[in-house]
Amino acid sequence: MLPLNATIVQINEESPAVRTFFFDFQFETMKPGQFVMVWVRGVDEVPMGLSSKNSITVQKVGEATSKLFELKEGDSFGLRGPFGNGFSLPSEGEKTLVIAGGVGAAPLAPYAEAARSVGSEVHTVLGARSAGDLLFEKRFAEAGEVYISTDDGSKGTKGFVTDVLNSLNLSVYDRIAVCGPEIMISSVFRLLKERQVLEKSEFSLQRYFKCGIGVCGACCIDKSGLRVCRDGPVFSGVQLLDSELGKYARDASGRRVKI
Amino acid sequence: MYTLTGLKLKNPTILAAGILGTTGASLCRVAHEGGAGAVVTKSIGPIPKTGHPNPSMVKLDCGFLNAMGLPNPSYPSFFQELEIAKKDSGVPVIASIFGGSPAEFKEVAKGLLPAKPDAFELNVSCPHAEGYGAAVGSNPCLVEAITAAVKDIVSVPVWVKLTPNVSDITCIGNAAEAGGADAVVAINTLKGMAIDIESGYPVLGNRSGGLSGKAVKPVAVKCVYDLYTALEIPVIGVGGVSSWQDAIEMMMAGAAVVQVGSAVYDRLDVFSEISTGIEAFLQRKGYSDVKELIGLAHEMV
Ligand SMILES: Cc1cc2nc3c(=O)[nH]c(=O)nc-3n(C[C@H](O)[C@H](O)[C@H](O)COP(=O)(O)OP(=O)(O)OC[C@H]3O[C@@H](n4cnc5c(N)ncnc54)[C@H](O)[C@@H]3O)c2cc1C
Ligand SMILES: Cc1cc2nc3c(=O)[nH]c(=O)nc-3n(C[C@H](O)[C@H](O)[C@H](O)COP(=O)(O)O)c2cc1C
Ligand code: FES
Repeated sequence: MLPLNATIVQINEESPAVRTFFFDFQFETMKPGQFVMVWVRGVDEVPMGLSSKNSITVQKVGEATSKLFELKEGDSFGLRGPFGNGFSLPSEGEKTLVIAGGVGAAPLAPYAEAARSVGSEVHTVLGARSAGDLLFEKRFAEAGEVYISTDDGSKGTKGFVTDVLNSLNLSVYDRIAVCGPEIMISSVFRLLKERQVLEKSEFSLQRYFKCGIGVCGACCIDKSGLRVCRDGPVFSGVQLLDSELGKYARDASGRRVKI
Repeated sequence: MYTLTGLKLKNPTILAAGILGTTGASLCRVAHEGGAGAVVTKSIGPIPKTGHPNPSMVKLDCGFLNAMGLPNPSYPSFFQELEIAKKDSGVPVIASIFGGSPAEFKEVAKGLLPAKPDAFELNVSCPHAEGYGAAVGSNPCLVEAITAAVKDIVSVPVWVKLTPNVSDITCIGNAAEAGGADAVVAINTLKGMAIDIESGYPVLGNRSGGLSGKAVKPVAVKCVYDLYTALEIPVIGVGGVSSWQDAIEMMMAGAAVVQVGSAVYDRLDVFSEISTGIEAFLQRKGYSDVKELIGLAHEMV
């Protein structure tokens, strides 16, 4: 598949460093948690979770994302996808816990909405550095109850999402979906394991993608050899037992780098 | 059991270089879950390389275009991955290596030797990495010198992987044989490119790259066919093999075994599927040995 030409129809400023780009067509078959490869022409092509059928939500971190931030409504970029496996949806009546940190809220907002629409009771633990960095608070609130944590205490519990989780009875949930920075998800992983609810959990992982379609092997994780781009990016907690999660990742050359 | 340059393979399918070969664990997975008879690593060079910017691979209707740009962590960092593959894959592990000169090839081979690869595959054929790959692989003198340099310091078999982007591939094949190669591998990708007509930008980050998959199979079959006639050493066929029928065709052209690359896109266990298909074909046709197939097309005149 060659990249589709996506024209930007609307840009929302979500926080100082995060913007949502709406484009002019819908990925109708998209499952929350799936990603697209976003081609910023002449610069790079990078993976981004879909924050809705027709949007990506981007944190400015480096060259490609900075260039994206220069684009205006009417400008365009290339898009390939949707790729990978999304979070599995609950059944009617099941209780779902969503745990989102930082820009990890991007694929989880549509997940919370989808879970709600099939009749699941949805609770969200939403974490960010400070109140102004919280993403999609309104979308999560419309899907169910929201518990907030901020590092600086400017809203909700002061501390990390794990501090909120410590006060929750996790055994009541049928499904737990997690996405966020690796430091965060690996501490959530440890906590869920301790509380013996890992088999109900799913985690979305980030690794360096080259091909993005499961051929090159750049994104493979230890010890399973699973491809994050194709076999993931969403993995069950059980699949990640004894894995490199939280320990190291590989850079663009394939060298291991400590998390 | 298939024997190839002294290596014992339980089936005649090998994972091609640069496909799922960046980590030891992934190579093990291709062997166990995928059913490959042997695996070749990503091409490893003397210094870490991040490769070309993305997009580095796109799927076309007829095949795939890629310009990865030989990303690799360099041999000191790859060493532990090779050790993992050797320890846990249960199949022969072939180290693919590249360099810009005979001395660099030697350095990388020497660096990886203590991890005990079962063979080396010399990449003198990547079409889109400046100063490496096909840049050295279209020059018969250099190919001979590189092959001889590596042969000189290793006791395991040395395979040389050839580029089809030359006017006469047998000339390069002969050079490899003259340098002491134990086998040649044909083919690496064909030069190609794609352009996004909405913007006019070439799609690959490197602008152009290499074509693989279904589209290149007829080219690969012809190269294998010609090399089989020209050389004494075995030819390993690669390029567009995605089914047992493709593998049989490649063998009838003269391939002793086949490598499979892009077809892992369809399914990881393509290796088991191909080897089971070959077995069934041999039985149905009443062949007692796969050797009866190899080069068969040459006798049909
Ligand atoms: C499955 C997946 C989903 C993602 N979803 C989102 C999202 O919804 N929103 C968001 O803001 N970010 C998301 N990311 C992260 C995003 O891809 C990187 O932040 C982005 O690529 C940075 O590019 P850059 O050129 O601006 O930064 P650079 O300066 O090039 O790099 C900064 C860091 O970004 C990461 N990065 C760069 N290129 C790649 C690549 N090709 N593959 C993976 N990581 C890369 C690396 O960790 C690197 O160290 C996702 C990543 C993955 C793997
Ligand atoms: C993504 C990708 C990366 C590759 N990397 C290498 C490499 O590092 N070294 C090499 O010798 N060949 C490399 N190749 C070439 C393949 O090994 C193979 O020769 C070619 O793809 C044709 O086979 P196929 O049609 O089965 O894919 C690469 C091919 C692809 C698609
Ligand atoms: S990025 Fe190539 S296999 Fe995942």
